[in-house]
Amino acid sequence: MRMLTFAKRNALEILRDPLNLFFGLGFPVVLILLLSIIQANIPVSLFEIDHLTPGVTVFGLSFMTMFSSVIIAKDRGSALLQRLYTTPLTPLDFILGYTLPMLPISLAQSAVCYLVALPLGLTPSVNILYALAMIIPVALLFIAMGLLFGSILTDKQAGAVCGSILTNLSAWLSGIWFDLELVGGVFKKIAYALPFVHAVEMERALISGDFAGIFPHLWWVLGYTAVLLALAVLLFLRQMKKQ
Amino acid sequence: MTNAIEIRNLTKQYRDVLAVDHLSLDVRRGELFSLLGVNGAGKTTTIKMLCCLSAPTEGDAFLLGKSIRTDATAVKSMIAVSPQETAVAPGLSVRENLELICGVHGFEKDKKEAKIAELTALLGLDAIMKKKAGKLSGGWQRRLSIAMALISEPEILFLDEPTLGLDVLARSDLWDIIRALKGSVTVILTTHYMEEAEALSDRIGIMKDGRLLVCDTADAIKAAAGTDSFEQAFIKVVKGVRA
Repeated sequence: MRMLTFAKRNALEILRDPLNLFFGLGFPVVLILLLSIIQANIPVSLFEIDHLTPGVTVFGLSFMTMFSSVIIAKDRGSALLQRLYTTPLTPLDFILGYTLPMLPISLAQSAVCYLVALPLGLTPSVNILYALAMIIPVALLFIAMGLLFGSILTDKQAGAVCGSILTNLSAWLSGIWFDLELVGGVFKKIAYALPFVHAVEMERALISGDFAGIFPHLWWVLGYTAVLLALAVLLFLRQMKKQ
Repeated sequence: MTNAIEIRNLTKQYRDVLAVDHLSLDVRRGELFSLLGVNGAGKTTTIKMLCCLSAPTEGDAFLLGKSIRTDATAVKSMIAVSPQETAVAPGLSVRENLELICGVHGFEKDKKEAKIAELTALLGLDAIMKKKAGKLSGGWQRRLSIAMALISEPEILFLDEPTLGLDVLARSDLWDIIRALKGSVTVILTTHYMEEAEALSDRIGIMKDGRLLVCDTADAIKAAAGTDSFEQAFIKVVKGVRA
């Protein structure tokens, strides 16, 4: 109950910021629309809607990292968190309170992406529901990064790191905008050593109904999620102790 | 009259800085006790230790008999803090801020509504209940901050520089509110304003370099320093040690 009160506050703070709404919902939708128009004029297999939508959906989740890291960093910078540390809220309440509200927001963002893609030609099938269900571990991965960066950076640093560096990394190293095979070499190796391209390929496999194709990508996503969540919790508890 | 706070040899060492040096002090129930001192005197560190935000290096303090070292949960359930910086959730309305604190203290709906009505009336928040806290003036944010501290029905209230940066009228209003608490709540006030401490406090402690130099009523401190001005008395006490 206490945790849910805190979680509700965090959700309200995020959803009431119009910039968050634009980047969270508007930007991925704009990308899908824009690239679909380009695809209609100059066909590129990478931008076919069944291929493009899972990628943009995963890319959109990088904004969840920004939202969660900025709210945590802002709370750390203000005295609000100090006040809340003197209440009966436990460390677990804080971690869940910052993490849980991001999940429905992430699911809503992904659902909007797939819904917008339907009239643009995305094959309507139950696979979309599977893809939405499997977006949860991917969302947790990005939320964990938010908890991690929010625990160690100031709100300005968190905005810069997550809003530009991370979004660019997740864009370049995910195979959404260009085929990694075309670049190859070290770039491709680095991309496949990180979780972004695995998240995208897992979602693409689900949308295409190739359920065996989610492996080994799912293990990469789950592995990174587990490690980053554990690290994020440790760093959050450390900053809590330092307060 | 029994003691609300019993501080025994409380010490805080930060690497090479001794922030609080074997502080021992009793504060009676219902008393308004002010801690004064120049910057770096150890006031805020003392408050942080008493609020269980920072662990003592040595010594202990007992708040209504509960140790800050071994019974932090019990201590947190009977204290509230209004930190130096305004500690409000900026994206929430005034009412939602009050609801947040009721929620994290686990109040049932009826109690929550009753406390919000009571604090709204006490602090004159009626007209701004629907306004976002982040849009309020400094004076109104301070009022809200104090309302958020009082709503949990604390037996001990810590006010850290509650009138810092406020205009004369807003400060006068807050003084009235603080005076109204005397007797019912034990209040620990830290301030840089001599006239504030003199006007509000039952007793005043003056700290320097982590040590308590004097602890008495404002009149007794002035008499001991041989001056009618409390500010002059403070300067003499602090400079006397330097000499």
